[in-house]
Amino acid sequence: MDQNAQAGHALASLIGDYRVPEGVADEMFGPDGHVRPVWRPFLERFAHLSAEDVSRRFARGEQYLRDAGVFFRQSTGDGPAERDWPLSHVPMLLEEAEWLKIADGVAQRAEVLESVLADLYGAGWLVREGVLPPELVAGNPAWLRPMVGLRPPSGHYLHFVAFELGRAPDGSWFVLGDRTEAPSGAGFALENRVATMRAFSDPFEHGTIHRLAGFFRAFRSALQRSAETLDGRMAILTPGLGTETYFEHAYIARYLGLMLLEGEDLTVVGGRVMVRTVAGLKPISVLWRRLDSAFADPLELDDRSALGTPGLVRALREGNVCMANALGAGLVQSRAFLAFLPRMAEYLTGERLKLPNLATWWCGQEREREYVAANLGRMMVGDALSQDLPFEADGAQLIAGRFQDGRDADPAAWVRAQKGALVGQEAVSLSTTPVYEDGALQARPVMLRVFAARTASGWKVMPGGYARIGGSADATALALRRGGRVADVWVVSDRDVAPETMHDAGAPFQRAADSLLPSRAADNLMWLGRYVERAETMVRLLRAYHLRLAETGREDDPRVARLAAHLRALGVPREAAEPGAVTAALEAAIRSASKVRDRFSVDGWVALQTLKDEVADHMRHVQPGDEAARALGQFLRGTAGFAGLVHDNMYRFVGWRFLSIGRALERAQNMVSTLSDFAAEDAPDGAFDIAIEVGDSVMTHRRRYQIDSSRTSVIDLLALDHRNPRSVRFQVARIHALAAELPGAEVSGTLSDVMRAAMRIDTRLATAEPTDMDAAALRSLARDLTDLGERITAAYLV
Amino acid sequence: MRYDLTLRIVYDYGGPAPTARHVMRIMPRQIAEEQIVEDVRLRVDPEPGEIAHRADFWGNPVTEMGFHAPVTRLEMQVRAQLERLTRPELLDLSPPLPRLGAEIAARRALSPEQPHHFLSPSPRVAPDMLITEFARQCLDPGMTVLAAVRAVGRALHGHMTFDAKATDVNTPPGAAFAARHGVCQDFTHVMIAGLRSVGIPAGYVSGFLRTDPPPGRKRLAGADAMHAWLRAWCGAEIGWIEYDPTNDVMVGSDHIVVAVGRDYSDVAPIKGTVRTAGRQASRHSVDLVPLGA
Repeated sequence: MDQNAQAGHALASLIGDYRVPEGVADEMFGPDGHVRPVWRPFLERFAHLSAEDVSRRFARGEQYLRDAGVFFRQSTGDGPAERDWPLSHVPMLLEEAEWLKIADGVAQRAEVLESVLADLYGAGWLVREGVLPPELVAGNPAWLRPMVGLRPPSGHYLHFVAFELGRAPDGSWFVLGDRTEAPSGAGFALENRVATMRAFSDPFEHGTIHRLAGFFRAFRSALQRSAETLDGRMAILTPGLGTETYFEHAYIARYLGLMLLEGEDLTVVGGRVMVRTVAGLKPISVLWRRLDSAFADPLELDDRSALGTPGLVRALREGNVCMANALGAGLVQSRAFLAFLPRMAEYLTGERLKLPNLATWWCGQEREREYVAANLGRMMVGDALSQDLPFEADGAQLIAGRFQDGRDADPAAWVRAQKGALVGQEAVSLSTTPVYEDGALQARPVMLRVFAARTASGWKVMPGGYARIGGSADATALALRRGGRVADVWVVSDRDVAPETMHDAGAPFQRAADSLLPSRAADNLMWLGRYVERAETMVRLLRAYHLRLAETGREDDPRVARLAAHLRALGVPREAAEPGAVTAALEAAIRSASKVRDRFSVDGWVALQTLKDEVADHMRHVQPGDEAARALGQFLRGTAGFAGLVHDNMYRFVGWRFLSIGRALERAQNMVSTLSDFAAEDAPDGAFDIAIEVGDSVMTHRRRYQIDSSRTSVIDLLALDHRNPRSVRFQVARIHALAAELPGAEVSGTLSDVMRAAMRIDTRLATAEPTDMDAAALRSLARDLTDLGERITAAYLV
Repeated sequence: MRYDLTLRIVYDYGGPAPTARHVMRIMPRQIAEEQIVEDVRLRVDPEPGEIAHRADFWGNPVTEMGFHAPVTRLEMQVRAQLERLTRPELLDLSPPLPRLGAEIAARRALSPEQPHHFLSPSPRVAPDMLITEFARQCLDPGMTVLAAVRAVGRALHGHMTFDAKATDVNTPPGAAFAARHGVCQDFTHVMIAGLRSVGIPAGYVSGFLRTDPPPGRKRLAGADAMHAWLRAWCGAEIGWIEYDPTNDVMVGSDHIVVAVGRDYSDVAPIKGTVRTAGRQASRHSVDLVPLGA
């Protein structure tokens, strides 16, 4: 075979079984039945990859997603569940010219939605002139009355919007839903891009694919300008860890260098929004809101919300904070609005919508209601004011004339009785796009989410998007509900495009303003440090226990018994081979780390996860005694790795200090507790050696004292020695030094409360003799350390 | 009738509460040709760090205050002199119930007095099947809207018993209705749910009741604390009427209006958060005394 024929053969085996369902458009094949030109170079290169090569490439993408901690979170009956991010590695390709048309339509639509919001929160002409029925506003929970008559300080309601698009059988694009409340997906689109590029790096030519960074840079600049005008910082407002898109919030915050805040991080003073930081209250002037409007302020909106900030609406009323998007912006994503948007567009702007939307009939109007009732076979019927897409979970109650809950009733009668509570929407077919299955490409229905951001020069549309792909060949949008996947979207030009990064190449070098550390983040970092150290202490004690058990074979040996009692006091149960308590401490560490994902490197995250997995793996099947001791030793090398990462690689920002303080405080406290039990006057023979072993100081002790361990030598080395990183004094000196660098440590010659407390303990240990440190002195030291921790919390963390 | 009003509210936080912020609707409302507030004063102890007065969407007077220092005990006092004008005897010019829908649809505006705000479920009043059934059974064919309101009210008054201990501020109307007990808030929420279910726009009114009845009349329930009743939209001709389901009376000059809204959540006298783990206790008292009495 010559080369051409070979290439043709490879391509044939890749796409030979690709079947486009009857009567729908396809992304890869054009209406003429030929592969669209934009796909050709991609497919030809793809076809040359061996099956192993493809799986190796896809694995690279998967690895990236796992390392970055991208999960698909889904609320199931049993609470939230996580599964692997369902990336379909084959991107969806769009020709630049086609994308430009979409972008043009999207920008127009965004502007129309802005005008609709301005009218419905302002003069209300749309209702007065009969363009929009009043009950769709007055009876709509998304219309927030406290926002009526309140012009946003930026002059705009919408700053960042998304649209769900589908391609109709005739090849044209249409909108399935407008997302204006707090649209998600842009961060996932970025992650999909990175993972997909890992898979299709060399030999794929990327010079013609539009990059995404420029879009984000433009949006950040726009936010920055608003922030400066209003004299404060910008931040992302998230509902927190409980939400399925939290990962994305953290990712975007890190990517754009924005603070990630929750409602409780904020307080309103004198009509200004302030963030509680370790350096006190600081003004916030721009909030990119990812929290639902209704939850934003329990004083003026949903009073049951525990996620919001009391007084936030007041700050808006005072014009001191720009909210992207404005509270109440979700009004226009109510399903019934689709029925009226074409007329509203013409009324408000005199223009026809360039990008039409899903045909929608509101059943509050008699003619429309009758039309829906008569055409139920090709309708999705559901809640008129729902904010969700009709084919998402809880979407439509009635599809193609059948009740989704299986009830046996007359659908037409139901539609006539429910009237204005319902809308009917045309059951549409989507286009198909390839996914890679069993060594070849298969056609699956696809829906495209595109994003638009308001910038100084108007709406900018992300050249790419977030594609959602159905789990089966069924081309109705319903397939997206079941086992769907996501994919990257490449907008491909016919010439090279300018490379873009997050950094503005033309701008002069400038160091960004010091970032602020919210108190809650500092608190989580401190606890992260504490939990990792706690796990380590438990493991050291467990190892000592198993070594003694292996040596004596007796649980009633006095040393074994004392270790078991000490472990129990730490919450480690008698069946000490069980790693449960250690795993629990590490899980707590991971929980703390998840709340500060935006401040935590991917490497640190991976190290933590690995640590936890290793404990679970190593410990599951080992027998008590020697084997367990060996497994625990392995784990200790793992924590050393994490500590090294934190110590060597983390930038010394304020957060690092809290992480380190947490660790030092925990270590000091644990050592005091170890000494109280194993360096006690009544300790059994061999207990001093346990203390030295748990304090990881066997070699040092041998070198320094040249004698058998005594109470004096143990206390000297583990409590008072300023050169031993395991000693109480070393850790206290460290806390003292770290505290000196915290905000407000010394104000015009006066030391902070925390500094004074740290200094007192430090001085006492520096001047103590080993004989001073009797049981009472250790108890008093333990109390002082607890008190120091409480002072740090009171000064910086609440 | 002219009145002297004193409202006193005390909160005990059981320890210093670090951050407190409140939105209050406790001052009597100015209503043209119905209720004239001549003089009103609010005293707050301790002095708040910030305080602002404004009107909300419904036109209710709102006071917003924040404390910048921890607060252990909070006392508020409203004193006012006001006049409640006597409404002329109401002639029933409301349309038959089946015609009400068309009259509502003819009103194309979003201003606060429009009936559209008061038909859909609101935060504290969700549709309830039993209440709907109850309301429907009160109706006769050909009834006017006003007659329907009175019929539902009278039936409800007979069905439920006033009981200050049976419910709390968060009891859903369906639960109070099923238990057949409640306070003015429950009576009002249940009846709002009932009226909305038969297509009559209905909202919530908070306010005060004259403390001692005129000679020869019995004392009304709910006079010692803030009271609640409802308003219903009875067509374009007579508009809003007010009815007190707890006492089964049309509202007259014994009722002083503080705030109106869709349900309790729109008019709650005090909303506010206190960052405290301690137990809170509150009490409040109302005196509404005819001037010169």
